[in-house]
Amino acid sequence: MSETARTTIDQAEVDRFSAMAAEWWDPNGKFRPLHKFNPVRLAYIRDAASAHFGRDPKAHLPLEGLRVLDIGCGGGLLSEPMARMGAIVVGADASEKNIGIAKTHAAGSGVEVDYRAVTAEALAEAGESFDIVLNMEVVEHVADVDFFLTTCASMVRPDGMMFVATINRTLKAAALAIFAAENVLRWLPKGTHQYEKLVRPEEIEKPLQAAGLSVTDRTGVFFNPLSNQWNLSKDMDVNYMLVARRAKA
Amino acid sequence: MIDILVAGGGYVGLSLAVALKKAAPHLVVELVDPAPAGAWQRDERASALVAAARNLLAVLGVWDKIEPEAEPIRRMVITDSRAGDPVRPVFLTFEGAGTTEEGQPFAHMVPNKAVTGSLLEAAGSLSLPVHWETSVVDFATGPHLTEVTLSNGEARQAKLLIACDGVRSKLRDIAGIKTVRFEYGQSGIVTTVEHERPHEGTAEEHFLPAGPFATLPMTGNRSSLVWTERTEDANRLIESDDLVFEEELERRFGHKLGTLRVVGGRKAFPLGLTLARAFVAPRFALAGDAAHGIHPISGQGLNLGFKDVAALAETIVEADRLGLDIGSLSVLERYETWRRFDTFRMGVTTDVLNRLFSNDVTPVRVVRDLGLGIVDRLPGLKSFFIRQAEGLTGRNQPRMLVGEAI
Repeated sequence: MSETARTTIDQAEVDRFSAMAAEWWDPNGKFRPLHKFNPVRLAYIRDAASAHFGRDPKAHLPLEGLRVLDIGCGGGLLSEPMARMGAIVVGADASEKNIGIAKTHAAGSGVEVDYRAVTAEALAEAGESFDIVLNMEVVEHVADVDFFLTTCASMVRPDGMMFVATINRTLKAAALAIFAAENVLRWLPKGTHQYEKLVRPEEIEKPLQAAGLSVTDRTGVFFNPLSNQWNLSKDMDVNYMLVARRAKA
Repeated sequence: MIDILVAGGGYVGLSLAVALKKAAPHLVVELVDPAPAGAWQRDERASALVAAARNLLAVLGVWDKIEPEAEPIRRMVITDSRAGDPVRPVFLTFEGAGTTEEGQPFAHMVPNKAVTGSLLEAAGSLSLPVHWETSVVDFATGPHLTEVTLSNGEARQAKLLIACDGVRSKLRDIAGIKTVRFEYGQSGIVTTVEHERPHEGTAEEHFLPAGPFATLPMTGNRSSLVWTERTEDANRLIESDDLVFEEELERRFGHKLGTLRVVGGRKAFPLGLTLARAFVAPRFALAGDAAHGIHPISGQGLNLGFKDVAALAETIVEADRLGLDIGSLSVLERYETWRRFDTFRMGVTTDVLNRLFSNDVTPVRVVRDLGLGIVDRLPGLKSFFIRQAEGLTGRNQPRMLVGEAI
């Protein structure tokens, strides 16, 4: 890579997650919130993908044969379920340590995922393409949001989809997703999220549209402390997800 | 490697295995039970099935086979009296007609073996292996599966082990899950009587000083009895000759249905409340009496078991459909949150009811009679109790309890 090449990697972020890598699969560890969050985001992906590709979301292997990229896969919390739903999954992460943990875990679970310690730009440069690109809880940790999203979008095949989930840059998000989650509830280690790195929906939609994708759905996600579950909500002020599609060729 | 091993072939284990296999046929499910094959046919007991449980059995496709042997409970009468009282003041009556939204009876009395038999038939048609005379001797839980040792020397590797092995669950002990237990020093005598005149679908519950005496209508001119006495008295009654037993029974049952005759055996079960401190552990879940053995005063033990089945099956099937690891604690915690509050509330309610009704202290009698009288006069409160008895209260019900497939 030449010295002038743009990068999406924020080394401090990669180091922070590498240091916690051993805890990825501990449901009571540092990634407990992500384990709790997993069902709602998986259901969103499965249902939107099933509707788009004409699959039955209740059937066994609803995503059979679809090629999926899980960018910033961490320990594989999303990659493994996607593979169990029948998808052919490439799990990519900038941290070698994360990839090591993910590989070991998948081998134990008997789930097949192609894990690679690689960046989005390297995958795009190698000409990789996918039916579904997952960008879940990643954009708030990258160095160059525009470039990252454009690179990911370039790997979406015609008639393919891209999912993005992140935290909005609002005062409400600063209060709930950062201050409350890190200091009061202690769900997340301090410093997991920085306010200025949070991303607004329009800052995601603009580069995606420029890259030829059209946003087809957006939703807020909210935690219900009574049921101890995350639910979809109209309120996109804190956590939100969106889907974009590339037109058929 | 298999997906799920269910330990316990009672109505909880069987209906759970059938529910899982029906909703997700690709899951590999096996069931073990220490009893010999066919032992269930000797179970002479009958149970009151509430509407919610009936819905679940209908979703599993077995209610049609049970229905011919089920007797609808159309009317429920509750009295508070001493055995010798010539006339028992009636404090509360629930009339069946129009009590539920569909005009259905709020409960049915069904012979236990009709439930077990129909579930076994369903298991057979789903090619679900049931291993009789086989129990779980030990298990060791690893990060990806649990290694189970069976009494026949075989082993199984499963993603999830579900204990439905009753109130004295051995698997719960192996998992290191502690329980909270309250003993009442009372036993429930269970038997069936034949009477001259028809019961017309009426269930009665008499709060006698020694504890509740309940009669529940069965098919023909028969009723099932749950008769609570202090444990030593109960044991004495069970061992006494037929004449003494029938004499004591008649004193409590009364003569309104004519001459009585005890049919089938009589058994006494010690009563108590046992609650597991946790319902789940990694790759392990408790269901039915293994999670909560409650006093049968309000007839909720079996129905709570079916609620566990509905919630646990839905939790597992939904997680599987999302590609999640069905044995992981984060998945199983949903079942625990779903069921624990309800179980705790029901356990405490029945405990309070029992303590309140099993005594002869006059001020307590006055208060509770007043209470029952008030309930009878307030339509809103009364329909709340009927909804409770149907098992249909509470938002966010598991789907099978309202008659929907998972």
